Amino acid sequence: MSADIAHELHGERERERVATATTSARVRIVLAMGPATAAAGVVWAVVQPWRLTLLHPHGQGFWWLVAEPPLYLVLVGVLFRVLIARALVRDMEDAGR
Amino acid sequence: MIVAGIEPEAEMVHWWFATGILVLGLLFLAETIVGPEVWARRPWRRYLWPGTMFLLGLLLWPVMALYTNSMIHMVAHGSWAQVLMLSGGAELGVVRGKLHSQYWRLTSAGALLVSGTAFLVHEQNGWFFARAAFLHHALGWTLILAAVFPLVQAIRPRSIVAASGFAMTFFVVAVLLYCDRDSAAILGHFSQFAGVPHR
Repeated sequence: MSADIAHELHGERERERVATATTSARVRIVLAMGPATAAAGVVWAVVQPWRLTLLHPHGQGFWWLVAEPPLYLVLVGVLFRVLIARALVRDMEDAGR
Repeated sequence: MIVAGIEPEAEMVHWWFATGILVLGLLFLAETIVGPEVWARRPWRRYLWPGTMFLLGLLLWPVMALYTNSMIHMVAHGSWAQVLMLSGGAELGVVRGKLHSQYWRLTSAGALLVSGTAFLVHEQNGWFFARAAFLHHALGWTLILAAVFPLVQAIRPRSIVAASGFAMTFFVVAVLLYCDRDSAAILGHFSQFAGVPHR
């Protein structure tokens, strides 16, 4: 094998390695976005438990029992992970092939 | 009076819109991370954020009709409804292939500018009157400054910085809206005219 071809092959492999690493970093970020959002909701609920009226429902009206902002974050995070992130990662992997 | 009795509090409406805006932020950020080609691989996904934006605009109409604290509130909510629907509608037209110019992204810049101005104009109190007043000022200036991101995107559609800035704007706006309370102190300040403070 000539030195030129060997050098070219090495460069190609290096480019592939960088592309794979970039894709896997992006995959990890996309997969982490939902859980990170849900975790923010959990932290918020722990830091400000009074924002969750479900923890002290006695005497609360209908809207106050519906309005649970920390739970909204958890819900959005879970739904994003299940409905968006999974399909997105599959498409990223397909596009990377 | 009956309507006032069964209406949710204004702060709850802010939290619901915060949730919608958080969804928008996640979608924008995900699209920025994976790139427009991967994002468009499934047709339904292309309609997600323009559809969500249009829906938020649509949902602002009942807010305009029911939360009529003052004329300026009605004008502010009505203008938000219009610009969000215009921006969402234009982007729906772009993803559908009915509209072709990259400059339709200017409708998003217009939406942020009009929304920011409406926030500032309809907040009659100073920054430290109460938390709601502080947040309205902060939201107004955030949106006005952030209008630069879609403006850059209209000129340079592939700009990662502009796309990331646009996405992050929605996270900031969501956090500010989640912080809203109808009457609460801000950094130790609370006007005696602002009612009974909550946590």
